[in-house]
Formats: sequence, structure tokens, C-alpha cells
Amino acid sequence: MKLFASEGNPHCLKALAALEVTGVQCDVQYVNHEERVVPFLSRPALPALLLPNGLYLFSSNAICRYLFEVSGQESSDLCSQWLEWEATDLQPAVLRALHVAVLQGKGAEVSKALQGPLNYLDQSLSKRTTPYLTAESVSVADVVLWSALYPALSASSLAVDVPKSVQAWFDRVAAIQGCQAAAQKVLQGKGLQGMKNYMQRQPAPQSSQCRDTLSHNSSPTECDEGERVVSEEEMEAAALTWSKGLDSCPVATERQHPILPQEGKRNILLTSALPYVNNVPHLGNIIGCVLSADVFSRYGRLRGWNLLFICGTDEYGTATENKAREEGLTPQQICDKYHAVHASIYKWFQIDFDFFGRTTTKKQTEIAQDIFWRLHKRDFLVEDTVEQLRCESCQRFLADRFVEGICPFCNYPEARGDQCDKCGRLINAVELREPQCKVCRQTPVIRSSKHLFLDLPKLEGQLDEWLDKSTGSGDWTANAKQITRSWLRDGLKPRCITRDLKWGTPVPHPDFAEKVFYVWFDAPIGYLSITANYTDQWEKWWKNPQQVELYNFMAKDNVPFHSVVFPCSLLGAQDNYTLVNHLVATEYLNYEDTKFSKSRGVGVFGDMAQDTGIPSDVWRFYLLYLRPEGQDSAFSWADMALKNNSELLNNLGNFINRAGMFVSKFFDGCVPVMELQQEDKRLLAQVGWELRQYIQLMDKVKIRDALKHILNISRHGNQYIQVNEPWKNIKGGDSERQRASTVTGLSVNIACLLSVMLQPYMPAVSQTIRKQLNAPESCINTMLQGTGTFVCALTAGHRIGTVSPLFQKLEADQIEALKKRFGGQQPEDEPPKKKTQATSQNTASAKPAAAPAPVAVAETAAVNGADPERARQLTQAVAEQGDKVRTLKAQKAEKAVITAEVAMLLDLKKQLALAEGKSPEPTPQKGKKK
Amino acid sequence: MALRELSSLEKYLGLKKPNKYSTQGDKKVPVLQSNNGAPVAGLVTIACHLVKQAQRPELLGDSAESRAVVQQWLEYRVARLDVCTKDDIKITLKDLNLYLQDKVYLAGNQFTLADIFMYYGIHPLIVDLAVQEKEKYVNVTRWFDHVQHYPGVRHHLPLVVVLRNRVYTSGHH
Repeated sequence: MKLFASEGNPHCLKALAALEVTGVQCDVQYVNHEERVVPFLSRPALPALLLPNGLYLFSSNAICRYLFEVSGQESSDLCSQWLEWEATDLQPAVLRALHVAVLQGKGAEVSKALQGPLNYLDQSLSKRTTPYLTAESVSVADVVLWSALYPALSASSLAVDVPKSVQAWFDRVAAIQGCQAAAQKVLQGKGLQGMKNYMQRQPAPQSSQCRDTLSHNSSPTECDEGERVVSEEEMEAAALTWSKGLDSCPVATERQHPILPQEGKRNILLTSALPYVNNVPHLGNIIGCVLSADVFSRYGRLRGWNLLFICGTDEYGTATENKAREEGLTPQQICDKYHAVHASIYKWFQIDFDFFGRTTTKKQTEIAQDIFWRLHKRDFLVEDTVEQLRCESCQRFLADRFVEGICPFCNYPEARGDQCDKCGRLINAVELREPQCKVCRQTPVIRSSKHLFLDLPKLEGQLDEWLDKSTGSGDWTANAKQITRSWLRDGLKPRCITRDLKWGTPVPHPDFAEKVFYVWFDAPIGYLSITANYTDQWEKWWKNPQQVELYNFMAKDNVPFHSVVFPCSLLGAQDNYTLVNHLVATEYLNYEDTKFSKSRGVGVFGDMAQDTGIPSDVWRFYLLYLRPEGQDSAFSWADMALKNNSELLNNLGNFINRAGMFVSKFFDGCVPVMELQQEDKRLLAQVGWELRQYIQLMDKVKIRDALKHILNISRHGNQYIQVNEPWKNIKGGDSERQRASTVTGLSVNIACLLSVMLQPYMPAVSQTIRKQLNAPESCINTMLQGTGTFVCALTAGHRIGTVSPLFQKLEADQIEALKKRFGGQQPEDEPPKKKTQATSQNTASAKPAAAPAPVAVAETAAVNGADPERARQLTQAVAEQGDKVRTLKAQKAEKAVITAEVAMLLDLKKQLALAEGKSPEPTPQKGKKK
Repeated sequence: MALRELSSLEKYLGLKKPNKYSTQGDKKVPVLQSNNGAPVAGLVTIACHLVKQAQRPELLGDSAESRAVVQQWLEYRVARLDVCTKDDIKITLKDLNLYLQDKVYLAGNQFTLADIFMYYGIHPLIVDLAVQEKEKYVNVTRWFDHVQHYPGVRHHLPLVVVLRNRVYTSGHH
């Protein structure tokens, strides 16, 4: 054991005093202040104690405690309490005091700095009957506190004002043998000056101690403001607004298609990233673009903006061709099939598109080819040859996804042409070792092919200028700006816009016949062509940057295409295109701590949400509550149940239901007369404030943050009802009855306001509330005007409808069953591809669960005959065979030998998959074993 | 905040009767009122008291050395972490990352009270980390993920997503 200390360091006094007092044997080594003794700390920390087990202690209190413990004196609770107080309260005060005294020469301020802790100590000591802090004899607490105070209290020059009982205790400890000796060693009799050298090397102490700058919790409802103070003026203003009523407000107008930009209106064109057609979207896709865009567009319409919301499926490309081959259909049939799947899912989620189109249309070809020719004429396209893999037996160039081979980085035998699933690195398909055509398993050859590239470096100047303007004036999310910046910082390179494929928009240039546009060039043009399919006057939206504001919603992986690449296409085409003004990108939503994975059957996919029996509105609510705004978030079943039960059922639903029930039960269904008192006006002001926050946040597309303010309002409301107890007052005298009327009337009006604020989030529930309250339609537009106006929409005498509960409890067993059902493998049209990593998870969920497991999963297991014993043997065999293959490769064995061993490995893996109750690889043309 | 941590700890320890707490001073230091004996003040002190009450001494360390290490990190939590400024955050995470390089838990291989309270205290920092940073402080992240999934610990805090597969592999784009 060894103690490292430095001279003139007041912290070392504690440790040295504890050594002296306890008499523990220990080497002491003096080092200079800068010495980094503790290997894992970036800043020097002394004293430090090297323990017999090789660990370091770097906190002086912990060192003292340890020394006392090994000498047989364990710390009592009271000791611990003093040590904690010393660390959190006394220590910072002492350091501040020494700082001003030693370095600034303001000795007079020391008394003030120490006053608080000394008084606290005084109070505690005067209550005690023992001579020492915790007992009749000296304890670690006495030694530590005495040592902490010694430098300041012993310096006669400071003349610190010390309370009597503290002074008596201080002198008593000082008399203990060892304490003075330790002080002599550390301060060398030089007093304050002895510490100067040390103090100069310390960061200036903070004046205020609190981590105010850090938010404690980012979930939207954990309200951090506490009670906001409401001023008299605010209360009066709120009461005035309230009294205005609905009279002067225009009635909501029906949407008239086609919606076109209008002079003098705020014209908003809103797009959601086009979902790729060949898959069923999962919850992450839904919250990432369409649902977020839907909430904002609903909100925009409530605000009276002239708004067009378009979206559609992105249908061209390799993946569709692939899928078509898998399902034995033509690409067009695949698109038709999945377009319908997408449309029905979004319909169930109540995504209110003005138009939901697709990219495989004539307009797409027209517009894409027009942009292409414009770019070509203006010399923004360059030619180059690219080396590509070509399968001679299939007679075509192989897109990245059609090639498999050995990863050049980690030797994983099943790396794809674009990326290795094992090590995650991106791969250039021609770098794959032993590439195979995924379709026919033949070895492809490298051929060069001529392609066209968009000359991004040439457009960079224009892009920069435009980006400065757009990001400066628009609402770009932080991640969108950051991703864009990093793209520009790395420098733009020409980007290939053509591909050797069949399923795509044909390149019209005769030299490039047989080629199609690369999806990244083609897909964003889909926004234009989909609008063109909606209205012939599409150019009024898309070639009208003066009148139109464009919002793009997407997940963050899509940002570069919308902020750099597509704008470059449009800028280069020079046709006065409307470019994005507000780029709203979400982070990722994970599923219960892992990623959504179609192939592993992990997660909830759009089409399954409706089978859960949980209403669409509740799904919307929870997804929006979780919206990955600013950081990744995770979907969790347990949390969903919790939020449904605590926020929707107990908070929001409870308040709205109570307000309505009071009107029905106590006032025959007619809103009673309200006479506002101070307390009511305060509530009006609070609700008004929350409403204004909601509008400010929504205007900036902070969808998840805005939701918090809706829930705050119902919280205020519940509290108000709880305090005012209308159910009691209604049975009282006249004034009590009047009180019950006012409270009920105000509450039911808040319920009406809530129905409006909820409309973008939960359209069906919002509609139900207004129906139950029989609320006039005009309340919708009134409340969200300007910065937000909370008016009395349901005046005295208004008759409400039938009130009934809005939400249902989600029970634990129900949620547990759902969690099991979606946790791992599920019967789907695309069986699992990856076998190795996912297995443990899958087997766990494939076992018949205690809760009623979904029949289909159980069937899969039964059909395939899951056999844990055999699985274990096979796992072992797979591991051994894997080692063998690796060894052979390392020895650079003959290719044929390796191939044979790899085939054996793959076969073993397949058997393992079977033994684990999973279906094996689906591919019918699986000619892997050569 | 402190009171929520203590109530989470009570749940973790399986204490039947919830204790009564108050706070003292501007900093809202928690105080445990007990009907037999003097009140106990301070987050760490109360936490240790509860552990002893629940007869789970192993949570405070099973040797004098590990007890000292546990106490040190508990102190670190209230005296350093809770007052660390924005500039200190990086250093704090870096140091902790280095410290945890060869350890499963703060006191080595054994889960202790120090893990619980460092976890509570560091949660707000981890929540704010981007994926890249989580990967940079990979040992902290691993430890954090362990603790948040340790049965019965998390209670009042939201789960922080930790990706198990690295997104940003170094040196290759």
C-alpha cells in the first residue's frame, strides 16, 4: 500500500492526518502537483492511495474511510453523513474561500464564503452532547472535517469568524496527536502561502453549484418547469380573450381539389419521403416520414395555410426486380401489389394525403427526361466508364445486391455486393473475392460499362449559395444541417446517374440506350411527377419558389439526397424550380433496444399494427410521443402500455370524461353559467400559455415537444377539478353551487380546446370528443389563430351530446402476448435470411410461450421440428467447420478445396436453422453447392 | 430527482414499506425520517443506510478495498458528476471510459450500489450523446447498458438505446 501526496495540497492533509491518527502502516511518497498518479484520470488527482489489490483510490474521503476501516473502526451512518456533507458542501466552500484568499488576496471574504457551512456545523454541534462529531471518541468524520477546515481556520491573517462550539471542537481535534504533525508536513509551517503553488494549478471554483444546464430527462411529459408563476396581467389578458367567444370567426372550409397556390396565402407544399415499394413499412418508417408529415399538414390546415401534402411509392430499381424474381411476378405486378399494401396501411394510420401516387408513371418519364436533357444541354453531365460485374449466363450487369462473395475485409463468406453483414463495411462489388451471381451462382466477369455522371463539383458554388439562404431562413433540423455540412466538407464528387438495369426510367440519350436512371436521381423527381398526376397545373407548385414554401419530411439517412443531390439536379436544370425551404429529418426509432428487421421478423410492421386490436389513434399517439426528434428513441411494448394507461387513460381521457360527465350529471347536459374568479383566471392564463407554447413548437415542427403541452393542459385541468371538488359543491348552498357551475363550465371548455389541439395527433379521438361535446365546427379554426386564442367555445346553455370513455386500459398480459408475438420470428412472406446472429433471439420466441402464443409461430416450430439437442450439436459443428474454413483460407489452400468446405459450412448452417425451428433459405435456385 | 432515485432503490431492494423523506436546504438534500433513531441526511448516506436495512451488505462491497472503491464512486457521483459543467462532461466520460476498460462494474466484477447511483447520475449525460459519441465511450456505454438492464434498477429513467453493432467503424468509409 502506498500513499501519494504533494506538499501544499490541502486535500493531502486529510489522508496524512488519518494515517497518523489510525497508525496504519503505509509508505508515503511525495510527488509534485502535476504528477498523474492515477492512470485513468486525465487530470492529476492527489492524494491517491494504491491499494494492495492494485486499484487506486483518488478521493481523500474514501482514503480516510478505508484507513479507519482497516484499523478496525467502521464508519457509522452518522460518519457517512458528515463525509458526504463535507464532499458536497464544505469542500466547495473551502476551495472557494482558499481561492479568493490565496490567489486574489481577499482574505476578508473568507468569512463570508465559509459562513454557511460553519453555521450548519455549529447547529449540529450545539445539539450534541458528545465532544466529537459522532461519538465520545474521534472518528473519521472529525479528522476529515478538521483537515478540511484547518488551512482556513489556522491562518491568523484571515481572522475567520468561527462560532464558539465549532472553535471548541476544532481545538479538541487539533490536540489529538498526529493531526498537528500531519498539518506540519503538508503546509510546512508556511500557512496559506504554502498552498499557493497548488492553488494556481487548480481550475477556478464554480460560483454556483448546479447542473442547471443539463436537462434531466428528455421524455416529453416529465415536466421540468414546475409551477410557472402567472402574473396578474396575464390572467386579465387570458380572461379577455376567453370572453371574446367564437362569433367573429370564419367557418372551416372544405378542401377543394385540386389545391393550387393562392395569392396572399401561405402556400405550403409538403412532401414525405417516398417509401420504397418492395417492403411493408415498419413503425420506424411510418414515424420517420408519413406520420410526421401528416401531423404537420393537419396542423397547417387548422392554421388556415393553403397546403398540399403529397407522397407516393418509389417503385423503380434493383430491389423491385429482385423481389419480382423471388415472388415469380413481373416488377410491375410487384409494384401494383405493394403499392396497394402501402396505401391501405397509411389509410389505417389515417394519413391524410392530398394525393398518394407512384413513380412508375408516364409523367415520371416525361419530367425525369426533361430534367436530364436540360442538365445535358447545360453541360452538367460527364461521361465515364465504370468497371462492373457481369453475369454472362444471365446476360446482364449485376447490381450490387445481385452479387455475393467473400468479404475482402473480414472473410465473411456471404458478403453482399454493397456491404458485408458481418463487419458492416461498405464494399465495392468488384472487390469481392469469389463473387457469385445471386441468381444463377455462376462467377461473373468484370466488364466496363459507360455511364453518365452528374457533375456535382461544377454545381457546388450555386449549391452553397442556395444552402446558406435556405438553412438560414428555413427550419432545418440540426441533423439535416449537420449531415449536409459534412457532405460539403468532404467535397462533392461526380455522381453516377445511370444504371445497367431494365426496371427504371429509360435514359433518353441514344448512346445510353438499354440503361435507366439510377434511383437516387429518379426517385426525388417522383415528387414532381406525382404532383403532375394530381393536377396538370403542377408547375404552379414546383416552378414557383416565390409563392411556395417546400417542406420535406424524412428520416436522416435520406438527408443528402434532399439537401445536396436533388437540389443540384434542379439547380443545374435552371427552370425556376421550387427548392426545399424546410428540411425536417428524424433520427431512428429502434424496436425494444434492437433494430427493426424484416428478415429477422423483429418489430412491428405497418400491416400488423391493426391486428393488435390497439386503435390507430393510440398507435399514432405513442409513435408521436416517441418521435425520434433530436435523438434516437426506442419502441417498447411495456412503455406503450404505460403511456396509454398513464397519459391517455388517467390524464387526458380522465379529464375530458370527467368534465363531460359533470355537465351531463349535474347540469342536465347543458353547459352551466360561469363566473370567473381569480383562480379560474389563473387557470385560463396557464392553459393559454401552454397553447401558445404548442403553437410556437408546432410552427417549428417540434411535434413531440408540442405534445407535451397538450398533456400539461389536461394535467392542469385534473388538478383544478381535484382542488375545486365540483361533486361536493353541487350539493352545497348557492355560492357552492355557483362554484361547481364555473368549474364544470371551464373544464368542459378546456376539453373542447384539447379536442382541437389533439386533431393533428389523434384525429379520430379529436372528432369523438367534439361529437360528445356537440362542439361547433368553428372552434377548430378559432383556437389556433395567431399565437393561439383560448375562447369560450361552449357558452352557458350549450347542450352537449352523450359522453363516454375515450380510451381503454392496456392490460399487462395483453402487452406481454404482443411482445412475444413481435419479438422475433414471425410467419411472413420473406423468411429469415441471416442465420447466425439472430438465432438466440429467435429460438427464445419460437418456443411456445405461457401466454397464448400466436398460432402461426407455433406452427412454424412444429413443422420444422425444433430440436434443441440437435441444435446444440450443430452449433458446435458449425463453429468447427467455420474454423476449418478460416484455417484453409489463411493457408491459402486451393480454391476448390475451400469452396467445398464452405459449401459444407453452409449446409451445416442450414441444418442448424432447421433444428432451431426456422425455415431455411427460401431461394429456389439455390445452387450454392457446386 | 434524488427522492426518485431513492424510491427506485427501495423498489430494487424490495423494501416493503416505503420510507418517508423530506428535503433540506436550497440544494434539496434528501433526509430520511425514521421512527427509531435520528434522521439520516444525504443521498449517498441514505442509500447505504437502505442497503444495510435490506441486509444486502454485498452491494457495498465484499472487502475493505472494494468497500472503499464503492464509497469513492458514490462520492464521485454527488461531489463531481452532479456538479460537472458542460466542459467537464467529455473529460468525465473519457476518464470513466478508461477506468471501465478492464472492468465489468465499477468495483470490478461485482455489481454494487456504486453502479446504481453512477448510472442514475450519468443518465442525463448519456441521453444527450450521439451515436458516434456512444461508440467513442464504448466502455461507458457497455457498462451503462449492463446497468440499465440489470433487473430492477432502471425504474424511473427512460431506457437509452444502445446499438450493439457499431455503425461507425473506424478507418473505413
